[in-house]
Amino acid sequence: MSTATSNSAVLEGRSGITARLSDLFWRRPNLLLILMLSPPLLWLGIIYIGSLLSLLAQSFFSIDEFSGLIVYEFTLSTYKQLLLASNFDIILRTVAMATLVTVASAIIAFPIAYYAARYAHGKWKALFYLGVMLPLWSSYLVKIYAWKLILAKEGILTWGFEQLHLTWLLEGILSLPVIGGNSLSVSYLGTFIVFVYIWLPYMILPTQAALERVPSNLIEAAGDLGATPNQTFRTVLLPLALPGVIAGSIFTFSLTLGDYIIPQIIGSSRLFIGQAVYTQQGTAGNVPLAAAFSVVPILIMAVYLWAAKKKGAFDAL
Amino acid sequence: MNLRKLRFFATLPIERNSYKNAKREKTMKKLLKACTGLVAVMSLATQAVAAEALKELGKGEGELSIVAWAGYIERGETDKNYDWVTDFEKETGCKVTVKTAATSDEMVALMNEGGFDLVTASGDASLRLIAGKRVQPINTDLIPSWKSLDERLQNAPWHTVDGTHYGTPYVWGPNVLMYNTDAFKGEAPKSWKVVFEETTLPDGKSNKGRVQAYDGPIYIADAALYLMAHKPELGIKDPYELNEDQYKAALDLLRGQRELVSRYWHDAMIQIDDFKNEGVVATGSWPFQVNLLAAEKAKVASTFPEEGVTGWADTTMLHADSEHPNCAYMWMEHSLKPKVQGDVAAWFGAVPSVPAACKGNELLGDAGCETNGFGHFEQIKFWRTPKAKCETQGECVPYHRWVSDYIGVIGGR
Repeated sequence: MSTATSNSAVLEGRSGITARLSDLFWRRPNLLLILMLSPPLLWLGIIYIGSLLSLLAQSFFSIDEFSGLIVYEFTLSTYKQLLLASNFDIILRTVAMATLVTVASAIIAFPIAYYAARYAHGKWKALFYLGVMLPLWSSYLVKIYAWKLILAKEGILTWGFEQLHLTWLLEGILSLPVIGGNSLSVSYLGTFIVFVYIWLPYMILPTQAALERVPSNLIEAAGDLGATPNQTFRTVLLPLALPGVIAGSIFTFSLTLGDYIIPQIIGSSRLFIGQAVYTQQGTAGNVPLAAAFSVVPILIMAVYLWAAKKKGAFDAL
Repeated sequence: MNLRKLRFFATLPIERNSYKNAKREKTMKKLLKACTGLVAVMSLATQAVAAEALKELGKGEGELSIVAWAGYIERGETDKNYDWVTDFEKETGCKVTVKTAATSDEMVALMNEGGFDLVTASGDASLRLIAGKRVQPINTDLIPSWKSLDERLQNAPWHTVDGTHYGTPYVWGPNVLMYNTDAFKGEAPKSWKVVFEETTLPDGKSNKGRVQAYDGPIYIADAALYLMAHKPELGIKDPYELNEDQYKAALDLLRGQRELVSRYWHDAMIQIDDFKNEGVVATGSWPFQVNLLAAEKAKVASTFPEEGVTGWADTTMLHADSEHPNCAYMWMEHSLKPKVQGDVAAWFGAVPSVPAACKGNELLGDAGCETNGFGHFEQIKFWRTPKAKCETQGECVPYHRWVSDYIGVIGGR
């Protein structure tokens, strides 16, 4: 009797490789965890972070003024070059564009997301998702080239304004300093419009997710307690949905910060950070300066993410 | 390096088919280039002594690898009419593999890395390769078609050092002035002035917002070329060798031009689109765009202004440690065949290095060479990397400053 009990309490090791492995993993769950996690961690650690770090390390080297060769000695002179007027302009330009694009996306996305979260049901909701996601299915470049044609001087938009006898309005807008230009497709305004169009879905989706989580009875309660719609929006709805908006802004802001194709095709040829990196390391062979440029968005995003975390944006993702 | 222009030129046929591909390629190339510095350093340590030129030709080794501008070596995959590889493989048994490179820098890095036989190097890469002993001298006796080469190219300084040849010329081309025939009332502009300074065009309107300039630092040379003719007191002898004062004058000219230019161009397709939809009427350009626009019956023509033009010329060069020299020599011979030369020239809007290619080529057409600039060789200042040490002045402004300053000019500084 006693032997039988002990036998049933502790199973004997089974034979066969798979069986033994399964026993081993069962006894040491950590081993399985390590085995499962190490490939993706190695990938992240070596391929991604490793190559990133090796690029960033380059930013502490400099380029020899005379031969154009890279000097492999520690220096901060490359970072000093970032502060040169022409380089600093690029940073300011990019950050300003990213900020404006983010603000505009948030303002446009909020009502759309609100409608989708509160009022759309059944097939309308499906239609909403389709409408938001559909642009993401087609190629990014195709969309940009399409916009180039829409915004061109002899494009459909100019034609539309003409038909409505509003050419004066378009010309008025284009004659504005800084944002204007010869046509929409060669002005900052055009770059801005395309950026907002391309990144808008990334703002709508998190905002909608956050709005869906706001209990509708809170809104009703606010109304019952005599708050005007405006007050309800400012004191109840917006604060509760804000983490979602911030989560969306992480996308729109960082994507605008790093993009180098939209400003290359639509805009006034003035460089953005992504293009500066591309030009410096591709054509100029000035890898240190390119690396220093790529540190800028990383730093900005680090601060941004830290602030977003404080606001609870990651809970809304 | 400065041949970003050529690179876009070269990738065009592919980009036309799939921009998505090109984008992916770009990302890959970015990664590649991140390692370039490292590779360059490592290769310095393993650099070999330049080999002697081959004495006689043996049997083909069955393989050949070429570093080339994208689309420079076509095997009919993009358009089956454009195929100059299949025949070569059949004849010689040398299986060709192509590694495309996007910039001259990348070409130099790949050649430093080794493992390739040939490279189609442009003027700025070729001398660097020779100086770095990465390419070997070639024995022109082993290339029967050498005699058929355009005499103007046989001893060109971008592949000939101290009388030794380091490769066979491939194709070349000019940067022409393209203009809208309506805006200029059918009369070709005589000077680059129409793109550099504000003027009233023959159609009565200002050129402001209706001209384009090239979006690459090498364009500073175009400004210098213009100043050479219009401000002789600066004493510019060579647009690629500028001292501080000359350089400053060129930048000032370009700053003035910024007021006229709405968008700088580097993608040939975008420029074509701008000519059609943005009301652009004059710009520096390549025969490629002119031909394409003309084929679409757009009111466009090109001209060689009195100041002269800049241009590019590429050379097929043999790696110092090539493992397949016989196949490489066979390719160099093959690449000079009139049919191949004509086809390549037609594909790119370039000029063949073999004059015989100009006649009777179906794809190029009998007028092709003249359109692409055959008769203007003497007026072309071929692209070179500006170096700190230069022949005409002693000390010049090096290329990396051209890059950062041109960014400033476009940014409005």
